[in-house]
Amino acid sequence: MSLATTQSIAEIRARNKELIEEVLKVYPEKTAKRRAKHLNVHQAGKSDCGVKSNVKSIPGVMTIRGCAYAGSKGVVWGPIKDMVHISHGPVGCGQYSWGSRRNYYVGTTGVDSFVTLQFTSDFQEKDIVFGGDKKLAKILDEIQELFPLNNGITIQSECPIGLIGDDIEAVSRAKSKEYGGKTIVPVRCEGFRGVSQSLGHHIANDAVRDWIFDQPESDSKPRFEPTPYDVAIIGDYNIGGDAWSSRILLEEMGLRVIAQWSGDGSLAELEATPKAKLNILHCYRSMNYISRHMEEKFGIPWCEYNFFGPSKIAESLRKIAGYFDDKIKEGAERVIEKYQPLVNAVVAKYRPRLEGKTVMLYVGGLRPRHVIGAYEDLGMEVIGTGYEFGHNDDYQRTAQHYVKDGTLIYDDVNGYEFERFVEKLQPDLVGSGIKEKYVFQKMGVPFRQMHSWDYSGPYHGYDGFAIFARDMDMAINSPVWKKTKAPWKEASRTKLLAAE
Amino acid sequence: MAQSAEHVLDHLELFRGPEYQQMLAKKKIFENPRDPAEVERIKEWTKTSEYREKNFAREALAVNPAKACQPLGAVFASVGFEGTLPFVHGSQGCVAYYRSHLSRHFKEPSSCVSSSMTEDAAVFGGLNNMIDGLANSYNMYKPKMIAVSTTCMAEVIGDDLNAFIKTSKEKGSVPADFDVPFAHTPAFVGSHVTGYDNALKGILEHFWDGKAGTAPKLQRKQNGAINIIGGFDGYTVGNLREIKRILALMDIQYTILADNSEVFDTPTDGEFRMYDGGTTLEDAANAVHAKATISMQQWCTEKTLPFVAEHGQDVVSFNYPVGLSATDDFILALSRISGKEIPEQLARERGRLVDAIADSSAHIHGKKFAIYGDPDLCYGLAAFLLELGAEPTHVLSTNGNKAWHEKMQMLLASSPFGQGCQAYPGRDLWHMRSLLFTEPVDFLIGNTYGKYLERDTGTPLIRIGFPVFDRHHHHRSPLWGYQGGLNVLVKILDKIFDEIDKKTNVLGKTDYSFDIIR
Repeated sequence: MSLATTQSIAEIRARNKELIEEVLKVYPEKTAKRRAKHLNVHQAGKSDCGVKSNVKSIPGVMTIRGCAYAGSKGVVWGPIKDMVHISHGPVGCGQYSWGSRRNYYVGTTGVDSFVTLQFTSDFQEKDIVFGGDKKLAKILDEIQELFPLNNGITIQSECPIGLIGDDIEAVSRAKSKEYGGKTIVPVRCEGFRGVSQSLGHHIANDAVRDWIFDQPESDSKPRFEPTPYDVAIIGDYNIGGDAWSSRILLEEMGLRVIAQWSGDGSLAELEATPKAKLNILHCYRSMNYISRHMEEKFGIPWCEYNFFGPSKIAESLRKIAGYFDDKIKEGAERVIEKYQPLVNAVVAKYRPRLEGKTVMLYVGGLRPRHVIGAYEDLGMEVIGTGYEFGHNDDYQRTAQHYVKDGTLIYDDVNGYEFERFVEKLQPDLVGSGIKEKYVFQKMGVPFRQMHSWDYSGPYHGYDGFAIFARDMDMAINSPVWKKTKAPWKEASRTKLLAAE
Repeated sequence: MAQSAEHVLDHLELFRGPEYQQMLAKKKIFENPRDPAEVERIKEWTKTSEYREKNFAREALAVNPAKACQPLGAVFASVGFEGTLPFVHGSQGCVAYYRSHLSRHFKEPSSCVSSSMTEDAAVFGGLNNMIDGLANSYNMYKPKMIAVSTTCMAEVIGDDLNAFIKTSKEKGSVPADFDVPFAHTPAFVGSHVTGYDNALKGILEHFWDGKAGTAPKLQRKQNGAINIIGGFDGYTVGNLREIKRILALMDIQYTILADNSEVFDTPTDGEFRMYDGGTTLEDAANAVHAKATISMQQWCTEKTLPFVAEHGQDVVSFNYPVGLSATDDFILALSRISGKEIPEQLARERGRLVDAIADSSAHIHGKKFAIYGDPDLCYGLAAFLLELGAEPTHVLSTNGNKAWHEKMQMLLASSPFGQGCQAYPGRDLWHMRSLLFTEPVDFLIGNTYGKYLERDTGTPLIRIGFPVFDRHHHHRSPLWGYQGGLNVLVKILDKIFDEIDKKTNVLGKTDYSFDIIR
């Protein structure tokens, strides 16, 4: 059992404050001042977590953040399955993000679906020198010829595009006209824009607004009759099938999901979303922009929800049902009741193995807060959390609805800080990304990737909760963690206490 | 409801049940999908010669290229030096990508920092990012050396690394005598193998040619040592260890340059080693005195090797030597350069590889293979297949150039098993897809992305290359040396036998050939 649970809140607060002070000592003065504003100990009753966020990362510190391209191509646009997404610029960006996010979809890849293909303009020096617009025009022609069943094309700008003055909008307009009004979306998500993935989400949202909503209706517009129960799932990327294990609950309660943004999504679904009666928003961070736009322009209300863990799922189902009539409200109760035996069985099986275990999180989007309830449903405690690219409204939501008094908060944490925090707090589990996974496992700390679900999932919904519980159990209770030290050497300073 | 606590179903099985299948079928109407008959027609069309012709006529679009960009190679080379932190000047997202990419392949931590340039740096240049970044990295991560390379952003705006590093030192970011070698590594030139080359040359230039004008150039005093350069290699851990074993067996004094075999294979014992092993900075400097330098991969050292030769050393390069003849050539070169005898142990290891080939050759002889990957790896594997009596029918290298093409064609022409075989420089895996449909082969050799080709064309994939994300630990076993040749042989044989079993395991239909002895 880790140290945290044996201490009073006051002691925990004091220890965490001391830990922050200690970590800051490594920095040159200027850097220490800047980083101090991103680290804090949460105080109950405060409206936010007391940290600065969404500002530039400091050079040379090993930030874990990505870029605007990652936020647009990698997160928002990439999962739209029937469109071709061109990584426009040099080869690397598209290569490193090729198929790695596990945005599941059903389709005939390479024929009518393109998510796991890497389309790139593979810029060469001459494209930098002479500009890439002609090449882009030719690429669009080649896509039309070789992938004739694509329903649209997006152009995901990499760093050089904005620096060399290419006019991808003009190329897009001209080619769209040439192809009879085909949807071609230029996205200005060059990696140097903004401070993290976050601006890429915003730019991608704006591109949907400008190049899909504001365009004349295309042929691919679905022909279905609206019902009073039409909703759109916004901000679920169907990682490991998350959107599917969410959709099934919504449909079981009597709603009809007319669009998924953007996991297993299609252009037709994006276009039809203004017909929804309610937009339900999972990843607030990456898709609040378009939700707000649809509220303003089309009068569609939106509501945030959380499908991690039974407590939050039930709360969310009721919240969503609150926007509808009694039929749906009864439907929500029916769904909650239907899954209660599964929840009981999962909790009965896993809670005894996980009770009292402590967790430190560092993730992106919604997860630094959203998954806390799921851990608590299993009797676990989150003692530290932080956002890779959160804004203050994320920290407000975190403070007001999720974290406990004394929780260590770290915004845009870097390799050094995160290692020191984990080393000192000795959590039973760290949940973060691929770049962090092996660092902590080397230290003997059980770890789960909480971006990709460590190649498991889904984690959303009731079906997902069973998988989540299984995975956390197998991470923490793997026998390997008792074997990290050779028997002829003394106990490891970092972890063995907790593992015994 | 299919889910249960007793038998938890994850994505592998969960969605196959009727509830999810009905849900997904209902979802279709909102997708406004294409007519299934049309999808089928186009799918079949992509398999035709007509499609292949259009596909090969592509001039601008790349689809599933088998190459990455320069800085990845620079980071890979840099971590091969003792206590060295790679520092990539430019946008920060790139570094997140390199680290993820390397970690997914090696299942190891990958440490690297960025100067985190944003819009203001795009306008005013990234000097301040360099000044602050070097100071922070130096204080936080206590490196012995910081090796700087660039993203395409810094290259497009024309940041001058030499001047920036000099200014940073003047401003006290790092001590004046702290080693900060650098290399410009534009992503729009070459590939990751070019970046490896540039970074390694940058580091050697730093140590040998006066540390950017801050120290006297080293005067070469030849000794008997041999330098070895591994090149960009997904099997660096196993391969460099095998090379070291062979050099020790032959009692040769050596320096492995950019030896990242330890940092990509650290133990789990309670301690995270951000730096581990690596060529010491002293050895990197003293490498100038070596008698000769051997590059295991010609196209990873196109600039480095001439640079070494200019300093008076003999240089020899190989093309990812795999198998008998290539390993013979390597061992003979070692003996010739060092003047050392080849020990009986190596003759026995060679004999074991010959033995294994003789035992199994009937199963490989005449089989057709498609290979893709980095230029040297393709060459090495093709050469090995030829000596196994197999036919490397399609050899494709996205980052292969004209010289590679010529050399490959000469290799293919040199063997009766290479007749009708073809090398494809600059092509991608969508081209390969057309090749596999129109001129089918028995097996495909490539990296993880080859699984899409295996799915589409039914050609069984043997995973050899970089990256391999979906199989674990293979990078720990060598492909070089006679032992490595044996490993490659076994990988190929295992797949061949698996396929034979798959084709003969239908009860009462084909299982007369489902032999227990093969």
